[in-house]
Amino acid sequence: MFQRILTVAHQEFRIGLRNRWILLSVVILSAFSMALALLGSAPAGTLDVSRMTITVASLSSLSVYLVPLIALLLAFDAVAGEIERGTLLLIFSSPMTRSEFLIGKAVGHICVLMLALTLGYGSTALMLAATGGGDTSGFIDFARLIATSAILGFAFLSLGYIVSALVRQVTTAAAMAIGIWLVLIVLYDLALLGALVADSEGFFASSVFPFALLANPADAFRLFNLSALDANAMVGGMAGVAESLPFPPVVALASIFVFAGVAMSGAILLLKRVSP
Amino acid sequence: MNNTVLRAENVRMTFDGRDAVKDLSFELGSAERVALLGHNGAGKTTFFKMSLGFLTPTDGRIEVLGAEPGSDKARASTAFLPESVAFQRTLTGVEVLKYYARLKGEDAKKAIGLLERVGLAEAGRRRVGTYSKGMRQRLGLAQALIGTPKLVLLDEPTSGLDPISRQNFYDLVTEISGNGATVLLSSHALTEMEARTDRILIMSKGKLVANDTLDHLRTAARLPIRLKVKSKEEPAEQLANRLGGTPVNCRSVEIMCAHEDKIARIAAVTSLGAMIEDIDVHLPTLDDVYKHFSEKADLEDSAGEA
Repeated sequence: MFQRILTVAHQEFRIGLRNRWILLSVVILSAFSMALALLGSAPAGTLDVSRMTITVASLSSLSVYLVPLIALLLAFDAVAGEIERGTLLLIFSSPMTRSEFLIGKAVGHICVLMLALTLGYGSTALMLAATGGGDTSGFIDFARLIATSAILGFAFLSLGYIVSALVRQVTTAAAMAIGIWLVLIVLYDLALLGALVADSEGFFASSVFPFALLANPADAFRLFNLSALDANAMVGGMAGVAESLPFPPVVALASIFVFAGVAMSGAILLLKRVSP
Repeated sequence: MNNTVLRAENVRMTFDGRDAVKDLSFELGSAERVALLGHNGAGKTTFFKMSLGFLTPTDGRIEVLGAEPGSDKARASTAFLPESVAFQRTLTGVEVLKYYARLKGEDAKKAIGLLERVGLAEAGRRRVGTYSKGMRQRLGLAQALIGTPKLVLLDEPTSGLDPISRQNFYDLVTEISGNGATVLLSSHALTEMEARTDRILIMSKGKLVANDTLDHLRTAARLPIRLKVKSKEEPAEQLANRLGGTPVNCRSVEIMCAHEDKIARIAAVTSLGAMIEDIDVHLPTLDDVYKHFSEKADLEDSAGEA
């Protein structure tokens, strides 16, 4: 069983390296994070906060946009693509189970994400350290950012697998994956913001809004990371909310795990119904 | 002692109220090479998918080595090559083969030897994206040979292959069955089979319409032999009067005759001596035999519906 999961994971990772997905992700992540680090380091001097910490604050907002996108783009092909190429017939005519297959894909894709994140964000951390902005807590902040980004990625990988197992055409799966990104990353926050403006002191703001943030892994991710950074005063916005939350921030982290677990189980159930 | 490798019993498969396969019953013994023939949409691929457990028959049952299709026991001893399989273009042949060997729980290093058997020893280190159609098909076959499958299912393995590649392909099929595996391969043309299979199954509109050796099918079809006689000067009508048959142009006559009358008819033609310029004997081709069986089924079908 583990042998087969590892085989699939290894192959996915190899494909990620071979088709330059990892390279592309690293380039994008490091380019954006370097830019943010250089631009964001200006106020650090006046606020007496570590440059690394303030960079991580900007990078968590970057992760909210990029990591789900990369994850969805890695995942949408997982089932529909194998159906279209005819390889799923081969794979499932071997003694491999549906759950082994999808778990293998997920492990491989998470490794791809981890490598891209480590290289992309790591290069920025090293650059900051080399220019004298590094400290131990800053490195811990970076490590937390990379680890939680991978968890966020897992949640969106699972969503991508659901889409991929739902439709038989790769192009449809791709379109749906982009749709999910647009809804959960862009429109969801806009809708929350609108509702908050309309009802800034009432029932929504106090009782619905915090849980609405938990329900979306991208918001939960931002919530956890910003409150984990001991820099609330300066990052503002979302972090201000973190203090008035009706639950400790670690609940936000747990909710991403729960979301990912539920989505992954859903994807496996869907895959069991797929006729390759 | 039961050496039935694949058994289909009154199998019916319905999609949206339409029968894709009906009343399908046959058995395959060990080390047999059997061809499953039929038009596109005759139900061949549906049958393969049922034999692999991807589809469950609406009625009837299929057994693979006495086990349920798709069960661990069945999957462990079945190999399959789908009709059109596109391996990851960015991976090399060796990487693809090792992957499937590991999924099947077989020794990946030993599987590499199969590349040599299908003539891809050199190309194994190159990416699949650079392969020709024939090479990709051979890689697919190598994948199907990993381990020691007892049943090898090949869905249209030779479609799109050039004659030489096809020859090589059948050489391999013979080798596989020589090692004790039963091979069931599908095709839409009888001419592709040549004499490389022990038995032929013909499916038409989801039904099995023939199940025999090629020679028996040829005899059973009782297709006429066509003689084409060309006269030197005589007009075709005159020739037709003397020999029977129908004039086809001003100097040629076509005579249809049964297999057993062939010699007598040719003797009659040659007795005309100097009048005859040329004679052509056309035996029924494999395509004619195939057409005969699938059309016969069509006729019976429409007679039944009327």
